[in-house]
Amino acid sequence: MNMIVCVKQVIDPEAPPSSFRVDEAGKKVVPPAGVPPVISPFDENAVEAALRIKDVQGGKITVISMGVNLLREVVKKPLSMGADELVLLEDEAFAGGDSWSNARALALAIKKIGVYDLIFCGRQAADWDEGQVGSGIAEMLGLPGVTLARKIDVSDGKARVEQVTADGYEVVEVSLPALITVSNELGEARYPTIKGIMAAKKIEPIVWKPADIGLEPEQAGAAGRKIILQKLYQPVHEGKCEIIEGESPEEAGAKLALKLREAKLL
Amino acid sequence: MAEYSGVMVHAEAEEGKLAAIATELLGCGRRLADDLGEELSAVIVGSGVSNLAAEAFASGADKVYLVDDALLQDYQTDTHVPAVEKVVRQAMPRILLLGQTSIGRDLAPRLAFRLETTATMDCIELDIDPGSKRLRRTKPVYGGNARAVFTSELDPQIATVRTKAMTPLAPDTSRKGEVVNVAAGLDSSKVRTRVLEKVKQEVEGISLEAANVVISGGRGMGGAEGFKQLEELAKMLKGAMGASRPPCDNGWVPDVLQVGLTGKIVAPDLYIAVALSGSSQHMAGCSGCKNIVAINKDPEANIFREARFGVVGDWKKVLPAFSAKVKELLAG
Ligand SMILES: Cc1cc2nc3c(=O)[nH]c(=O)nc-3n(C[C@H](O)[C@H](O)[C@H](O)COP(=O)(O)OP(=O)(O)OC[C@H]3O[C@@H](n4cnc5c(N)ncnc54)[C@H](O)[C@@H]3O)c2cc1C
Ligand SMILES: Nc1ncnc2c1ncn2[C@@H]1O[C@H](COP(=O)(O)O)[C@@H](O)[C@H]1O
Repeated sequence: MNMIVCVKQVIDPEAPPSSFRVDEAGKKVVPPAGVPPVISPFDENAVEAALRIKDVQGGKITVISMGVNLLREVVKKPLSMGADELVLLEDEAFAGGDSWSNARALALAIKKIGVYDLIFCGRQAADWDEGQVGSGIAEMLGLPGVTLARKIDVSDGKARVEQVTADGYEVVEVSLPALITVSNELGEARYPTIKGIMAAKKIEPIVWKPADIGLEPEQAGAAGRKIILQKLYQPVHEGKCEIIEGESPEEAGAKLALKLREAKLL
Repeated sequence: MAEYSGVMVHAEAEEGKLAAIATELLGCGRRLADDLGEELSAVIVGSGVSNLAAEAFASGADKVYLVDDALLQDYQTDTHVPAVEKVVRQAMPRILLLGQTSIGRDLAPRLAFRLETTATMDCIELDIDPGSKRLRRTKPVYGGNARAVFTSELDPQIATVRTKAMTPLAPDTSRKGEVVNVAAGLDSSKVRTRVLEKVKQEVEGISLEAANVVISGGRGMGGAEGFKQLEELAKMLKGAMGASRPPCDNGWVPDVLQVGLTGKIVAPDLYIAVALSGSSQHMAGCSGCKNIVAINKDPEANIFREARFGVVGDWKKVLPAFSAKVKELLAG
């Protein structure tokens, strides 16, 4: 089984909301000081999905990450979890892309890798929360896909995928090769082992520039955008919470009920 | 060549009726179409869906495109994308709106890439830029910590809309319109997926999305046991129980109870958040509620920036007393 997983390095989405800043003029988010970036959480679930298949039937997992200033200790995490190879699309030209330019570059890199049975993406990246790049790659490569996977079993050239729905899930069978986007319902990603970390240290990432994958400069990153970002801002918080106090927590609880009655909420 | 014109809504069906999101989209679509002075149409794709056209007219549509085919019974990328693509190529709407549902999340990006245009996912505000007449799409980004406004020069302009973000029109059954039947023209040999089974994770009582009162617990509940107390309180208040993500991930409650960006969007009159920190991603699911009540032992927790009333304390002490008082008040 040859598997490819796309992982994106993002600002830690679990950083406290109070540390979040936007540079409105630059239409950019200012990375919070002292909070290192992470692999977008659903992409870790995607790595886990591939590893579970490898656990059962073996195979090779190639991880692709595109961006600028990719911290090796961050993007190498999938290797320390058990992935085999890391391809980095790292160049200023890849910066500032939208779903179109990102999907195009990743699709070209996947074409260059050439052999694959399954491609995994996260359900959405924790920065722009779009959830489009996986579908875009599938369209560009002419692949079938299943979005929002919570469980994947592979046999006889097919994948049986449990797909999350609003009130449960559906079991969908898809022919391979296919692209699957993974949701957190799959279960938590494993922690890297010491052995895994040592092994990852020895793996040199392969770095590709736009020319290496045949991407024209006018299609890369910001230049290849089709959507225009007009404005980026932080919504204002009115934030006037009335704290109900009491001699004891029990008294505060009872007073809260009275307060809600008074406010006609009960 | 024909020009793009009008607004089209992809209207999903649910249990033989238009889904709530479809009427919300038609409400929003009507406003946009009127702003442009153009037509509002709906596209309904499925098997045995012809009877839904009347509902779409009552909810604001001028025209309904029906693609009714046995192959369209279940949503599948390989059947629904070509069906909607065919209608869009024929009708050439300037704007196409879909719901941010499991279907819309799959359909909208596929369609956008196939039609070589752009989609913006999970919009909460849409309007027409008075100068350029282009669709302005406002969506929360970075888990809700920021908002972005996008436009695009490409047609059709596709956007998915968050559930409960738009208001439906009051249904007017006297409204009539034109039905256009479009043959799906599907080739079943090109369908690369098969739906084998549908599993519903049934939850007793009032549905989370319809409830007027929602009581959600977070990681601080510590286990499934604590949620029993929340469930009792929910029953007493004729509401529904929800959760932040960790209780779902840990299997304390079913996944379908997750409230938030990637879970359910709720808009009750009263939202009681117990032992959850109020992450931006969780608040994305309940920010439409004006009366958020927080019980949390950490006075610095973000939930207190969002709540109207709060108690700082251990839920194990606060909640039983709160519930007892509620019971007394409701009885009296
Ligand atoms: C892209 C993305 C999408 C996401 N989507 C969602 C989503 O849809 N929904 C969602 O909920 N999350 C979502 N998350 C996860 C989110 O970022 C947070 O991790 C999650 O909401 C935290 O849940 P919590 O508040 O229960 O846990 P925590 O943040 O750990 O908070 C627990 C709280 O409980 C309090 N507490 C502990 N013990 C007690 C006690 N005895 N009494 C009172 N208070 C106590 C603590 O003070 C703390 O504030 C998403 C994350 C990402 C990156
Ligand atoms: N720059 C990137 N590098 C690697 N993978 C990416 C990148 N951008 C998006 N992806 C993949 O596409 C998924 C969806 O991204 P998005 O459409 O931006 O929400 C992510 O979860 C990743 O799996």
